[in-house]
Amino acid sequence: MSIFVHAIAGLIFGIGLVISGMANPAKVQNFLDIAGLWDPSLAFVMGAAVIVTFLGYRLAFARGAPVLEDKFHLPTATAIDARLVIGAGLFGIGWGLAGYCPGPALTALSLLAPGTLVFLVAMLAGLAAVRLLGSRA
Amino acid sequence: MVATEFTPAASAIGGALIGVAAVLLMLFGGRIAGISGIVGRLLPPYRDGGVARAAAFVLGLITAPILYTWVTQSPVAQTVSDNMVLMAAGGLLVGVGAALSGGCTSGHGVCGLSRLSPRSLVATLTFMATGFATVFVLRHVIGG
Repeated sequence: MSIFVHAIAGLIFGIGLVISGMANPAKVQNFLDIAGLWDPSLAFVMGAAVIVTFLGYRLAFARGAPVLEDKFHLPTATAIDARLVIGAGLFGIGWGLAGYCPGPALTALSLLAPGTLVFLVAMLAGLAAVRLLGSRA
Repeated sequence: MVATEFTPAASAIGGALIGVAAVLLMLFGGRIAGISGIVGRLLPPYRDGGVARAAAFVLGLITAPILYTWVTQSPVAQTVSDNMVLMAAGGLLVGVGAALSGGCTSGHGVCGLSRLSPRSLVATLTFMATGFATVFVLRHVIGG
C-alpha cells in the first residue's frame, strides 16, 4: 500500500512538473534571468505548491499520525550552519548552470535528451560522494 | 538562449499538483517529499531503508511525461543545453549541494517553507540568490 502511494505521489508530482513547464530547463533558467528573457512562471509554481502543501500539511498533522505509519518522520535538523549555506549555495550554482534540479531532471529522463542523462549521472555521483564521505566521518 | 512563454495558469495548476503529491506523502507515509532525499535512499549507504518506496516514487516521476504525452497527444516541450561540460558541472554541484544542505527545491523549497522551517527558508533564499547570480554571469557576463 505504501509503495502504491509513493508511485501515485511520484506520478502526480511528475505531471505537475510537466504541466508547470518545470521539466524544461530553459524555462527555469529564464526565471533566473531577470536581466534578460525573464519568465516569472516558476514563482507561480512555487507559490501554488507551497499554499497547497501548507494547507494540506495542517490537515495531515491534525490527524495526529499518518494513515500508514505510527508517526510523522519529520526532519530533525534545525541548525543554520556553514554546511547548510555552502550546500544551498553550490546547489543554486548548479541549478543555474543546467536549469535542472533533481525532480525535473528525473522526470525528464524519459525524454532522453543527452544533457539530461549527463546531468543525472553527475548528480547521482555528487549525492553518493557526500553520503559516503559523510557516513565515514 | 530560448525565450519561454509566461504561463501563470498552467504553472500554478502544475504547482498545485506538486503540492497535492507532497501532501499525499505526508498524509499517508508521514514523510517529506524531498526529491534529493528520496533519490538518496536509492544510493549507498543504505542506512534508513525505504528503497522500494523511493524506487516507486521515482518510477512515478519518470512515467509522468510518457502518460502526459499519451493523454494529451502533445510532446513535452524542452530545451536542454548540449554543452556536456556545463551539464556535468551542474549535475555534480546540484548533487553535492543537495546532500550537504539536506534538501533541494522540493524538500527545502516546497515542503520546508510549508512547515515554516527557518533552516529551509535560509536554504531556499541562498540557492535562489546563487541561481540568479549564476545565470546572470552565464548569460550577461560570459555569454554576452
